[in-house]
Amino acid sequence: MALLNWTRRAVLAGGAAVALSLAALSPVSAQTPPGVLVVGQVAEPQALDPHAVTAVNDFRILMNVYDGLVRYASGTLEVEPALATDWEISEDGTVYTFSLRDGVEFHDGTPFNAEAVVFNFERMLNEDHPYHDTGPFPLSFFFSAVESVEAVDDMTVRFTLNAPYAPFLSNLAYPTGLIVSPAAVMEHGAEFGRNPVGTGAFTFAEWRSNEAVVVEANPDYWDGAPALQAVVFRPITDANTRVAEMLSGGIDMMVEVPPVALSEFEGDAFNIVEQAGPHVWFLILNMREGPFTDQLVRQAANYAINKTALVDEVLEGTAAVAAGPTPPAFAWAYNEELEPYPYDPDRARALLAEAGVENPEITFYVTEGGSGMLDPVAMGTAIQADLEAVGFDVTIETYEWNTFLGRVNPGLEGEADMAEMAWMTNDPDTLPYLALRTEAWPENGGFNSGYYSNPEVDALLEEARTATDQARRAELYREMQVIVQEDAPWVFVANWVQNAVTSDRVDGFALEPSFFLLLDDVVKN
Amino acid sequence: MTRYILRRLLSAIPVLLGISVIVFAIMAMIPGDPATAILGSYATPENVAALNEDLGLDKPLVQQYFIWLGNMLQGDFGRSFALNRPVLDEVLERFNATLVLAGTSFVFCSVLGIMAGVVSAANQYGAADKAITFVVLLGISIPSFFLGMMMILTFAVNLRWFPASGMWPIYGDRDIWALLDHLVMPAFALSVVATGVIARLSRSAMLEVLRQDFIRTARAKGVPERGVIWRHALRAAMVSIIPVLGIQAGFVLSGAVYIEVVFQWPGIGRMLVDAILRRDILLVQGGVVIVAACYVFFNIVVDVAQSLLDPRIKT
Repeated sequence: MALLNWTRRAVLAGGAAVALSLAALSPVSAQTPPGVLVVGQVAEPQALDPHAVTAVNDFRILMNVYDGLVRYASGTLEVEPALATDWEISEDGTVYTFSLRDGVEFHDGTPFNAEAVVFNFERMLNEDHPYHDTGPFPLSFFFSAVESVEAVDDMTVRFTLNAPYAPFLSNLAYPTGLIVSPAAVMEHGAEFGRNPVGTGAFTFAEWRSNEAVVVEANPDYWDGAPALQAVVFRPITDANTRVAEMLSGGIDMMVEVPPVALSEFEGDAFNIVEQAGPHVWFLILNMREGPFTDQLVRQAANYAINKTALVDEVLEGTAAVAAGPTPPAFAWAYNEELEPYPYDPDRARALLAEAGVENPEITFYVTEGGSGMLDPVAMGTAIQADLEAVGFDVTIETYEWNTFLGRVNPGLEGEADMAEMAWMTNDPDTLPYLALRTEAWPENGGFNSGYYSNPEVDALLEEARTATDQARRAELYREMQVIVQEDAPWVFVANWVQNAVTSDRVDGFALEPSFFLLLDDVVKN
Repeated sequence: MTRYILRRLLSAIPVLLGISVIVFAIMAMIPGDPATAILGSYATPENVAALNEDLGLDKPLVQQYFIWLGNMLQGDFGRSFALNRPVLDEVLERFNATLVLAGTSFVFCSVLGIMAGVVSAANQYGAADKAITFVVLLGISIPSFFLGMMMILTFAVNLRWFPASGMWPIYGDRDIWALLDHLVMPAFALSVVATGVIARLSRSAMLEVLRQDFIRTARAKGVPERGVIWRHALRAAMVSIIPVLGIQAGFVLSGAVYIEVVFQWPGIGRMLVDAILRRDILLVQGGVVIVAACYVFFNIVVDVAQSLLDPRIKT
């Protein structure tokens, strides 16, 4: 009886507790306020110092707080004026003189001028600069061609390069080229990355560790004040949780929606936005040893893999079939006439027979994840099945991303015959220059881990890098793509189509081919 | 008693030193380094070497260890490479969040687990015992991260009763109600397994005690059944329940890693997972040493509590 007594009391107490916790149900599901956009990010930012970071996740915030001298015109990868209103390039392509925009102020009220530009590049490139120790600046080699930066007058700045370098303007449009407030760097030193000050459409307001980065509209923005009052960037590392937050109204926008979750967002309450980017997913083939030293075998691998099935089935349409080493997002440099290797297993078998190899044994390095790698394990398995169907004997070895890079970047010799890889770049020069030239073999510090070497390609890439005329560069890149496709140092697999989901309250949002997230024209009702 | 506590505290020092050596060695041995992680696709041997020099990772390992240990003894845990802020700030901030989550879970699972165990034991083979045993086995069998995801799906996405993730609302007051709102689901998901374990073990500890002579004596003297069970029997059973609580406190703390990832709780478990993936050496090392220190401290508290409850345990 006593026990029963107690249990009744326990039930009462339990009931009270439940009632209490229900009372705690403040209107959580209340929607986010109008004018304030909540963005679900894939990770906590590293820092908000554009010169110190390397992750696309951080760039998404930075591009809204800072401006560069130039930027990519909306919807393209071609540069247009930003903080510089125009520029002149010397005949030999080594001197760039920029006229700066008048009347622009940093968010801290200090003026933007030539001295500020000089400070930015000196801090990054000159080891003796008093604020160089606020680094490290891992991507400063984007500007390693810069020999000197000088202020010609208050509103003119001159860069002198040690050799002609065509991607220079494009690199200035990259986040590493964004301009920070010198006064703020002097004030905060190494803590500048948590107290960012730029000239951009949004002013940094607050960073609550692991919760949110908040930026507010800059009413004095030189390119017109943004329509939003504020943007909140929330780091949600788990993809499932990010999807759940989007479905439950906790965020208004999410990027990098997992392919399997896309179907959740079909319907009127959400908009799915897509944009192909300057990304290419490929397999590096080891041309120094093993079966892939033979061009016929490399071509056989290109024919054997069903890329359409990979992008449609494995990636659920979040990628397009790649034809060559240059992604179509670089519209001006892309060779439209290039057709992808068709899926033709009979042709692959015939090529293997012609090459005189029977059941070539292949070690295939697969990564578990990693930047731009899409769904590498599932893709690796599908590729293995396709290759085995035509007679290859494929052994997969899987590694965690950093371990994987540590094995692949020093070169495939003695390691593997084939490895997955993906690159996302801002200029058609970057990837082929770093990964296809003879000079870029790993022993010379490059990323040509498969040891491809074709003097013709080397010459084309050298010329394209130094030519100042874009039409001429385009011609050279197009020619290079045809040769590389025929030589087949890689299996060209996919170009990532980036996606994002917004709630139906968000208007005016588009993804950029640069994969940056630009929010100054976005409206939230 | 003071001497006993002092002795236990002193014996913790070599344990912590050993942990610092182990975590340092593990971070040094796993492939990949912070420079590769930071540079991503741009990690040429040249760039990696330059960045390693900037980060001070080009020195010999033994020297690195002693620099780290020396700084740590002076309270300087270094700066996180990936988060660009002092390790100690980050760890303490994150540890607070974990303590709120794990602490709530621990209180929840201790109270509920012991109550369920006692009720079970008092009604051995009765309906209440069978019902509780069923629920408890169910609880022990569900992986907490799966339960967490199912709870998010049900209570956040479909019913919209609770927020899906995070610790604080993005807007509005950061008061206790806002915290509770965010805490209910992760704390519950985290406590389910531990509740089950505690309930099972409390039940058997109680059954053991209930068979003893002093219980019969108490009943014979006319002590009400409620008093027999809650005052006499439970008090005696606590001696064997407390070590279980100590072990479960450890499990709750380590289980928080999964729950923090699922619910995006800004705690130390999620911090360590991110830090390991980014090869953020100093943050991993500092975080592990601090967590280990807490674990050692818990154990001392449990031992002390046990010897207070049962003087037969040698001090």
